Amino acid sequence: MIRERENHTPLAEARDNIVGEGAMAAARIMLPILLALIVGGLILIALGKNPIEYYWYVIRRGLLSPTGFQATIVRMAPLLFIAAGLIVSFRAGIWNLGTDGQFLLAAAIVAALSPVLSPIMPIWLVFVVCFSVAAAVGAGWALIPAFLKANYGINEIITTLMMTFLGISFANVLIKIPFNDPSTTVPQTATLAVEDRLPRLFDTPVHIGVVLAVVAVIGVHVMMTRTSLGLKLQIVGANPRAAIHAGLKVPLLTYAAFCISGALAGLGGAVEILGVWGTMRADWNPAYGLLVVPLVFLARFHGIGSIAIVLFFAILMIGGESASRRLGVPQSYTLVLVALLLIFMALVEFLDHRWRRMKTS
Amino acid sequence: MTRKSNLAIELENISKAFPGVLASDDVSLQFRYGEIHALLGENGAGKSTLISMLSGLLQPDRGQIFVNGEAVALHSPRESLDQGIGTVFQHVLLVPTLSVIENLMLGGGWRQRFDRAASLKRFEELSDLLAVAIGPDVAVGELSLGQQQQVEIMRALWRGEGVLILDEPTSMLTQQGVHELSQVMRRLRENRVALIFVTHKLREAYNLCDRISVLRLGRVVGSIAPERLLGMNEQETIDEVISMMFAREEGHDRDAEVLLASGSPKRRRTAADPSTPAVLSVSNVATTGRAGECPLRDINLDVHAGEVLGIAGIDGNGQKHLAEVIAGQRPVSSGMIRHNDIDITGQKVPARRRLGINYLTDERLGEGTVTTHSVATNLILKAIGEAPHWRWWLTRWGSIHAEARRIIRDHDIRTPSETTLIGRLSGGNIQKTLLARETSVGVNVAIFNKPTHGLDMQNTRFARDRIRDGAIRGIATIVISTELDELIELCDRIGVMYQGRLVGVIDNDEGAEKKIGLLMTGAATA
Repeated sequence: MIRERENHTPLAEARDNIVGEGAMAAARIMLPILLALIVGGLILIALGKNPIEYYWYVIRRGLLSPTGFQATIVRMAPLLFIAAGLIVSFRAGIWNLGTDGQFLLAAAIVAALSPVLSPIMPIWLVFVVCFSVAAAVGAGWALIPAFLKANYGINEIITTLMMTFLGISFANVLIKIPFNDPSTTVPQTATLAVEDRLPRLFDTPVHIGVVLAVVAVIGVHVMMTRTSLGLKLQIVGANPRAAIHAGLKVPLLTYAAFCISGALAGLGGAVEILGVWGTMRADWNPAYGLLVVPLVFLARFHGIGSIAIVLFFAILMIGGESASRRLGVPQSYTLVLVALLLIFMALVEFLDHRWRRMKTS
Repeated sequence: MTRKSNLAIELENISKAFPGVLASDDVSLQFRYGEIHALLGENGAGKSTLISMLSGLLQPDRGQIFVNGEAVALHSPRESLDQGIGTVFQHVLLVPTLSVIENLMLGGGWRQRFDRAASLKRFEELSDLLAVAIGPDVAVGELSLGQQQQVEIMRALWRGEGVLILDEPTSMLTQQGVHELSQVMRRLRENRVALIFVTHKLREAYNLCDRISVLRLGRVVGSIAPERLLGMNEQETIDEVISMMFAREEGHDRDAEVLLASGSPKRRRTAADPSTPAVLSVSNVATTGRAGECPLRDINLDVHAGEVLGIAGIDGNGQKHLAEVIAGQRPVSSGMIRHNDIDITGQKVPARRRLGINYLTDERLGEGTVTTHSVATNLILKAIGEAPHWRWWLTRWGSIHAEARRIIRDHDIRTPSETTLIGRLSGGNIQKTLLARETSVGVNVAIFNKPTHGLDMQNTRFARDRIRDGAIRGIATIVISTELDELIELCDRIGVMYQGRLVGVIDNDEGAEKKIGLLMTGAATA
C-alpha cells in the first residue's frame, strides 16, 4: 500500500484535487502568492519603504490607470506565448528551460527581416512570413536538445540552458554585425515603421498579438487535454516506458514537444518586436522565459489558470516599473517576488503532501 | 550479546489501525532464538503491518514490544537495527550500481569513514555463516536475484546476528534459489538466530519452520508449537492451517487449491486442433540484448487458435525478450514471425495490435500502466488516436469514459470511478484492468507474462479464469510463468526456456513436471 502511494507525483494529486476539492486547489494557488506578498512586504520594510504604499501604487499603475492597464495587457503577449510553450513541454515531461534563447533569436531575426520585407509585400504577408520564420527559428533552436534527448537520453535541463546562453549571445552577434543598422549610434536592427507594426485594438497600444497569445494558450490547453497528440505527449511525460510498451513513437513525440515549445517561445519574440518595439537593440534580454516557469507551475500547467496568473504578474511588473521610478524600489524587486513565490509554492506543496499522507496513513 | 532467556522478541497486545481497517488487532506473539517461526496468512491478514512495526517503519497504536525482555519503542529502521532486528523485504532494496561491500557499508553513520578492512572482515564472517560465496567487489546489479537476497540478508545481520525477518523471501526466487535460501536459514537457526518467515506458501512453511502462527484479519487465529508440528505430517498441517486461515468460508476449496498449488490441478487438455494452420508462428528468431539481458537464440514455436502454450523457465532465460519480440516491442536480429501466414516481422506494436496480437507485461507499474492517469486512460492506453474514441484528432472523453464504465462493471474492477488514478488501486485491480485491456474483443493472440505474479489468491484465480476463458473463445495464448503449477493448470503444451533457447516443448501429461524440471536446469534436452 505504502509503496503504491509513493508512485503519485504531487502534480497528479493536484489534478485530483482540482476536480474534487475546488476550494483546496484555490488555496494552494492563493496561499503562496499571499505569503510571497507578505514576506516581500517585510523586505520592503527592511529597505525603509512602506509596503502598503508600494503595493497600492503597483495596483494603481498596473491595473487601475488606463495607460498602465494597457501596458499590462501588452506585456502579457510575450509572457503568454512562452507560457503556452512551457505548458506543452512540461506536460510532456520535458524541461525546456531554453525559452529565452528561442525567444531572443526569433526576435532578432524577425527584427532584421520585417523592415526588409515591409516595403516589398502586403502587410499581412509580412506578418505571416515573420511569424512562420519566428516559429521555425524557435523550433530549430530546440532541435539540438531534442536530438540529444531522443537519441541519447541526455538531460534536457542542461542542454536547453546551454542552448539558451548560446542563443542569447548569438542573437547579440547577429545584431552587432550582420543586422546592425549603421544609421544609429547604438547597435540595433533597422526599425519597422510604426504603421507597419501589428494592428492595434480600439486605438489603444494593445495590439492584436495579445489576442493571438490568448488563442495560443487556449489552443495549447485544448491540444493537451482533448487531442490524441496531447494525450500521447502526456503519456510520454508521465511514464516513458509505458509509452514504449503501448507502441508510441517516443523519439518523434519528444521532437514534437521540444519543437512546439520552441516555436511558441519564438512567436513570443515575434509579437514583442512586431507589436511593441519595431527594432531590437543589442544586449536586450528581458529574460521572460525563466520568469514564466514558476507562473506556469503555480497554474498547474492549466491554460486558463496560466492566463490569470500571467495577468497578475504583468500587473506587478508594469506597476513595479513605475514604482521603481517613483518610490525608489529597485525594479528587480519583481524578481524577488518571483523567487519568494517559488519558495512558498514548494513549501505549500510539501506541507500539503505531508498533511495528505498523515490523513491517509 | 548475552541472552538471558531464549526469548528474542515478545509482542504484547499490539494493535494498529488504519482508516477503516484494524490491521493488527490485539496481537501477542513470541519469537525465540534458534527457531524459524512462520507467519502465515492471506494478503491483508496483517503480516506486513506486523513486520513494519518490528522493523521500525510503523509504530503500534497500543501494546508493547519487548526485545530481550526489555520494553522498547522502535521509531525508525535504524533503532530497529540497533536492537539487532534486521529485515529482508520482498523486493530487493540495494543500489545496483554499487558493489556488494559498498552496499553493506551504506548503513554506517555519515560521519564515519568507510573502514574497508573491517567491513571486509565482517563480510567474510557473514559469508562463512551463510556459507555463500559472493565476490565483495561485484556490482550488485550483476548478481542473480537469489544472490542479491543473500546480500540483503548480510545487510540485515550486519550489526549482529539477532533477529532476521524475511518477508515473502521466496516469491522472487527460482527453485534453486529457494533451495539455497532454505540452507542459509537452517544455518542461521543453528547459530541461534531468531528467524521470522512471512509467507503464504504452506509447503515452504511446513518444510522449513519450527513453529507456525496464522493471522487472519489482523488477529492471531492459531499457532502450532514445535512439539506438535514435529508429530504432524504435511497434509495434516496444511489442513489445520487452511481451516485457521479461512474459517470454512464460502469458496474455501478453490482458494485452498490455489494456495497449495494443489497436488492434482485439473490439467487442461487441448480443445485446439493442431492440424489447423498456426495463428502465430515464430521461426529461427534471435535477438541482441544489452548487458544483463538474456537474448534469444534460434526460437521456433507455433500457437494454434484456442491453444494455451506455456513457457516455463528460470527467470532471466530470455522469457521477456520472447514476449516483447512477439508483441512487436523489440526488433529481431534474425528470423521471422508470421501471423496467419503473413510476415509481420517488421511491424511494430500498434500494427500488431490491430491484427489482434496483445501483450500483458509482467511489469504492471513499470510499463503496463501510467499510474498518474485514470483507469479509463489506462484502458485505452494502447489505442490512443484510434476510432471510435477519436474523431479526427479530437478525444471523445464521453465515449472513453462510457466504455471504461462498462469494462469496469464487466470485469469487476473495484475502483471508485473510471476517473480514479489507476495507481490508487490495489495490485489485483490494476491487473484486472490490464487483463481487460489485453483480452478485449478482436484479440486472437495473447501473451501473458507472469499474469499472477504478486497477486493474492482471489485475484490469481480471477486472472487464470480470464486466461482460460480467452482460450475457449479461440485466442491463441502464450503464458509465461515461473510457477510450474500455474502452467500445469492452464496449458496444453509447455515449452521450456534455458539460456535464450527453447530447449523443449512437451505435452502437459502426467510426469510433465519432472521433464520440465530437468529441462529448466539445463540437465536435459528434449
